[in-house]
Amino acid sequence: MEQILANGVYLGSQYAMIALGLTLIFALMNVLNFAHGQMYVIGGFVTYTFYGQWGVPFVLALVMSCVTLAILGALIERFLFAPVIKGSAREESTMLLAAGIAFFLDAVILLVFGEKQRGVPKIVDGVFNYDFRLIMPYDRILICVLAILSIVAFIGLMQYTKTGRALRALAQDRTAAQLMGVNVDRYSMIGFALGAMLAGLVGGLLVTITGVNLGMGGPTSIKAFMMVMIGGAGVISGAIWGGIILGFMEAIGLALLYQYGDITYLLIFVSLMIFLAIRPQGLMGKPWG
Amino acid sequence: MMLGFTSKQLVGVGIFLFMIFIGVPLIIGATGRWDFYFTLTSVALLAIASAGVWLTFYIGRINIGQGAFALIGAYVSAILVVKAGWSFWISLPAAGLFAAIVAILIGLPILRLRGVYFAMITLVLTQVVTLTALALPITNGAKGISNIPLPSSISVFGIPILPDFAAMENTKLAFYYTACIIMILTYAALYRLVNSRLGHLCRSMQQNEELASSIGVNISYIRVVIFAISSFFGGLGGAMFGSIAQSVYPSSFQVADSVNFMLNCFLGGLGFVFGPMLGTLVLYFGWDLLFEFGKYQMLIYSTVLIIIIRFLPNGLLSIRFGKGGDK
Repeated sequence: MEQILANGVYLGSQYAMIALGLTLIFALMNVLNFAHGQMYVIGGFVTYTFYGQWGVPFVLALVMSCVTLAILGALIERFLFAPVIKGSAREESTMLLAAGIAFFLDAVILLVFGEKQRGVPKIVDGVFNYDFRLIMPYDRILICVLAILSIVAFIGLMQYTKTGRALRALAQDRTAAQLMGVNVDRYSMIGFALGAMLAGLVGGLLVTITGVNLGMGGPTSIKAFMMVMIGGAGVISGAIWGGIILGFMEAIGLALLYQYGDITYLLIFVSLMIFLAIRPQGLMGKPWG
Repeated sequence: MMLGFTSKQLVGVGIFLFMIFIGVPLIIGATGRWDFYFTLTSVALLAIASAGVWLTFYIGRINIGQGAFALIGAYVSAILVVKAGWSFWISLPAAGLFAAIVAILIGLPILRLRGVYFAMITLVLTQVVTLTALALPITNGAKGISNIPLPSSISVFGIPILPDFAAMENTKLAFYYTACIIMILTYAALYRLVNSRLGHLCRSMQQNEELASSIGVNISYIRVVIFAISSFFGGLGGAMFGSIAQSVYPSSFQVADSVNFMLNCFLGGLGFVFGPMLGTLVLYFGWDLLFEFGKYQMLIYSTVLIIIIRFLPNGLLSIRFGKGGDK
């Protein structure tokens, strides 16, 4: 039981970070970022290159992942999403763009990093063992703590800084924020960069444990969508709850139903559909997003 | 003019029909690219499923679940043909109807959702159907159903209507014609529907559901009907696909396919009935043509896709009609 709970916390903290980036981008721009999983994979590969290949300290490699993704996110917003949102008759057209970017990033990852599974040396050795009831490698604990710290830092940023206030205003009401003198274009770009950066950071953190490969992008995006739906689209606290809930459901399901294979995911998906049919806006979302 | 069509439209349809039934086989015969038959057949079938997605867009819902209904259709047809010994031609509408019934049952609760919520729940639906196909005994799990026999002959009162596909020399051509005929029927039905009373009601829902409801439009009824029709098309396309490939696996239609169906609609243009057909042709055929570029295929494909959407955010057909589209 302790083991399941620990796994749940571990998975949940990772998931919450992925969902945070996605929900931030959605709240600001009403864009469903299909490329989020690919951004996560790129973050993983950047850390792999710096830390695994060139022997740069891990923290520095993580910073490089964040910087790369932030720049990438800012460029994508400035030169692709912003003009398309302005020019299209229906907002949903951005989905085609997002999917196109997902394909594009996949292609770039394939050409630059290849299709092999990549891993890096462990950052810390050893296993935490509590009476054989709770076994957890130290690097997992470290990554989990780092993830929770990042989430706390992100919430702090959103709550207590000028940028965070501007971003929250933008998410609440774009026009009103503009009337109050918020530079909408600039903060949209910052918000997108921040969301992409979070994806890169998780990628960089997780490469030390699960490694990274080309095929991880799509499934990660789908999981992120699910967490965002559980919590309510565009709500920061909702994304965190969504991540934690999905993390625990997976940990519990995989522990109890491991002999049935994929039945865990089937159950999760079905219960999600039932949940959403009863409560369409998720746990904390505004009705109709 | 005839049936309210302008002469220009009739000429256009005439040229289109001539191209796909006589032009394409001639070109393929001249160039010797026989593999294009399979590509174009796939385009026609995917266009049928995309037409369904387009129809849900028409009531203002983003549908990323068409892969689920295509997979359901493919399995229903395969099971009826292989295990129950039905003729393929009867299993085809049965597959569509089964998909429609599933759509009604699922649609009743989930069609209350809107915007991204509906989009994401349909995305999850694709996963659910794939995983169900893996888990159920009748679908044979990951092994899927293979060796599906080719469509048999059909005759009414001893008069042969359709020949036996297995006895034919050129199965590819037969499948190409079948797929094209079904596609044309689908789009004719779609065009008729959009320009009917129901179509007008759908447009009113696309703009504002509350307003439509307040002036007496039974929105909950219409959206279920539209979703059922949409899924019928999905089941039809999927069943036909399974018959051509002679096999169905849980991975035959995945989330990526569902997303592609949606992209076809976006690319062609949401304001145009024939948008999804063009979108499917460009996306699928373009992907096939780029095969020669080897490892750069994906890069070129996605770059072109991004450029198109960057400069034509309302779809390819918006070039002709200007911004906003001509409904």
